[in-house]
Amino acid sequence: MVKLTIDGRQTEAKEGAMVLDAARALNIYIPTLCAHESVSAYGACRLCTVDITTRSGRNRMVTSCLYPVEEGLAVKTTTEKIAAHRRMLIQLLLARCPESPELKAMAKKLGADDTPFPKEDPAKNHNCILCALCTRACDEVVGQSAISFVNRGVAREMAIPFYNDSDACIACGSCFYICPTNAIQMTDKNGKRRFVMPHNTMEFELAQCAQCGRYHLPKRQIAWMAKKSGQPLEFFARCISCREEVRL
Amino acid sequence: MKRLSSLKELAGLRQSIATVRDTKKQVVNICGGTGCIALGANDVIKAFNEEIAARGLQDKVDVRVSGCPGFCERGSILTIEPQNIFYQRVRRKDVAELVQATLIDGKTVERLLYPDLTTGKKVIREAEVPFYTKQKRVLLAHSSRIDPQSIEDYLYFGGYAALSKALSAMKPEHIIDEMKASGLRGRGGGGFPTGRKWETTRHAHGDIKYVICNCDEGDPGAFMDRSLMEGNPHSVLEGMIIGAYAIGAHEGYIYVRNEYPLAVKNARIAIEQAEEYGLLGDNILGSGFNFHVKISRGGGAFVCGESTALMASLEGEVGEPRAKYVHTSEKGLWDRPSNLNNVETWANVPQIINNGAKWFAGIGTAGSKGTKIFSLVGKVRNTGLVEVPMGITLREIIFDIGGGIPGNKKFKAVQTGGPSGGFIPENLLDLQVDFDELTRVGSMMGSGAMIVMDESNCMVDMAKYFVTFLMGELCGKCLPCREGMKQLHYLLTRVTGGLGTIEDIALIESLCSTMWDTSLCGLGYSAPNPVMTSLKYFREEWDAHIDEKRCPAKVCKPLITYNIMANCPNCGLCVKACPVQAITPRGKKEPVVLDQVKCTRCGSCFDVCRLDAVLVK
Ligand SMILES: Cc1cc2nc3c(=O)[nH]c(=O)nc-3n(C[C@H](O)[C@H](O)[C@H](O)COP(=O)(O)O)c2cc1C
Ligand code: FES
Repeated sequence: MVKLTIDGRQTEAKEGAMVLDAARALNIYIPTLCAHESVSAYGACRLCTVDITTRSGRNRMVTSCLYPVEEGLAVKTTTEKIAAHRRMLIQLLLARCPESPELKAMAKKLGADDTPFPKEDPAKNHNCILCALCTRACDEVVGQSAISFVNRGVAREMAIPFYNDSDACIACGSCFYICPTNAIQMTDKNGKRRFVMPHNTMEFELAQCAQCGRYHLPKRQIAWMAKKSGQPLEFFARCISCREEVRL
Repeated sequence: MKRLSSLKELAGLRQSIATVRDTKKQVVNICGGTGCIALGANDVIKAFNEEIAARGLQDKVDVRVSGCPGFCERGSILTIEPQNIFYQRVRRKDVAELVQATLIDGKTVERLLYPDLTTGKKVIREAEVPFYTKQKRVLLAHSSRIDPQSIEDYLYFGGYAALSKALSAMKPEHIIDEMKASGLRGRGGGGFPTGRKWETTRHAHGDIKYVICNCDEGDPGAFMDRSLMEGNPHSVLEGMIIGAYAIGAHEGYIYVRNEYPLAVKNARIAIEQAEEYGLLGDNILGSGFNFHVKISRGGGAFVCGESTALMASLEGEVGEPRAKYVHTSEKGLWDRPSNLNNVETWANVPQIINNGAKWFAGIGTAGSKGTKIFSLVGKVRNTGLVEVPMGITLREIIFDIGGGIPGNKKFKAVQTGGPSGGFIPENLLDLQVDFDELTRVGSMMGSGAMIVMDESNCMVDMAKYFVTFLMGELCGKCLPCREGMKQLHYLLTRVTGGLGTIEDIALIESLCSTMWDTSLCGLGYSAPNPVMTSLKYFREEWDAHIDEKRCPAKVCKPLITYNIMANCPNCGLCVKACPVQAITPRGKKEPVVLDQVKCTRCGSCFDVCRLDAVLVK
């Protein structure tokens, strides 16, 4: 275990844990938009910036989602300067996605009413803040890498290859569930699962349960599950509720 | 070629190269660097070969293609030995005359000699050209003598002597101590002490370690690394082999910018030749030490030069940086300990091993040792590569070596350190150039680009220029850099467009502060430098744009007008030159009329007018 202090409170954390985890274990709030327990830390939003002083006395600002705890570290999760930086960061995001309710709520929490920067057309970024949670979930959790970033610099966008090749997507919806700003929409209707992504839409067929007739899972996801689990396809012919019933 | 299996065999080879070399022959050394090639060096080389063959002089004259000595602006350049005559701006058509006059008759051709810019006197020897006299050329010393594609040439000039010394007489720890004692700091920008970096990598856990050479060099106006890699690739390679031996690495990579085809080619040839001689590969010179080097061509973005982005790119991933809280010397390429150094850093290694740490530490200032190569470009009379001791003043570089500002214009600022370096004003010209001093005034050493600006440059516009460059080169991963640069560009465009307010400046300052403190990599946190130094040192220019809607340098288009003066005799030149037909003649000898609404302020009329009848207001 590693001993450190966060906002003056003594605490211990496992070697290799990040400062963000250690702070959360103490119920200390640090705003984040790109961190999630299911995927690796990435460091895109910079909101989790904190002030640290190392045992040897070096003082600087670091992102807590990526900075591993170390013995004798003294962390301040917020200072006046950091609060100002967080306000600036959220204002930059508000200019990018002016209509996002999630960002507006966070801005309020961070003490920013509005943004001093010109607001982009909401139809340009569709609330996508490029946090890479969806791409990391698709890559690290699902293992499909069906979505990724295209273009460099200020032109960066989240997309599927060539904006239309959705072959690798299994329609599982992990991206939809993990998106912090609802930039990805998913609806199941008439036997189809439809995704509205920031820059393209995709539709996939759902499978009907052989027993109850309900549309339960995307056909592609079933194929993926069969392959991953080694179970025969027929195993997934019935929905999970019908399968559970049998077991009971 | 025979594989050398001992130091003795290397010494033997060196001797036989020296004896085979016919020193009685005349030698024409023609620079084959990219700058000279662009100015027709390949034609000149071909013409020399043809002319010499036609006159049957093959037994008396050698034509050799050398590396770049740095005076690219004067290309195609060549020297003739043993007379030691330096010719510049040579073209294909001059070759026959040079062969007859100098090689056969032993005379100099006046018109191709370098004219001293102040006295107009012709200079015969390279060493007497003012551009070279104030330089201290250690790394570039042999570049106009060595054929970069010939390992024998490198050996002839003492190459791989440092490697033999390191392998035979020095333990790895001893080499690292020597590097630490030399005080060498990384030439890629950060200025991190090289010996300490090697030591960390040596002590890092892991069986497999890498050494990497950073030849990505994406700064506008910078070409020192290209020139070294093209002109003397073996010096870089020798440094890497010594480094690998000291660190305990057996694999290395040279990451070269893909837009540098000649550097890629010459590095590849150097590796092949070194492998053939057994200076690279398994059991180097019979020492039992193995080291292999591969070349990787760059991903094509400025940010790929950043250490973690470079390693991601080497792995085949997108070239994006990641947090460096765990250093790459512990966990770098494929999560293994990796030692990355810049081209120029590596090239310094053989010099330090050969001449000793003490010699190296004797050059420079307290905190920055040795020489540094700068690419001096922009509004100076002599542009090119200059190698100078650390601690030389900016004034000496720009005015003594660079020859000052052309066209009787006044110096305004110099930007050091690449696109995210700061602008340094005239009253700091006596600043001693080293890592710490440049940082102190808000700029940085960077990789060594030096861009000189004169009174015709608008400092707000220059800040915008670099923000625009970086906006196109950043990776887009982290929020403050990506969105911040976009807004910085927007705010600067407001100011150069005459729409800026005092509130905009306050916003620029707080935005820059956030970018500085919270960006993920060096690109984002140094990007505010040009803007912040422009504000700091040239505030009156900003005020003129904001308060008076005026661009003092007459650069920002929305703030200037072109006006036809009464002395215009209606010659018609501007009428023809105007691309939008905004100028109409009124009649004989009457000044033409310029339609301010149609005018796009391209400046064509101003450029063609021979009578100064166009006034920019
Ligand atoms: C945006 C950015 C671009 C960089 N480009 C280069 C480059 O082109 N060449 C280089 O040697 N170092 C470059 N660096 C510095 C490297 O990250 C690294 O510090 C250097 O290669 C280490 O070598 P050194 O210790 O020998 O200087 C760059 C850094 C940043 C932040
Ligand atoms: S949560 Fe740490 S950078 Fe986004």
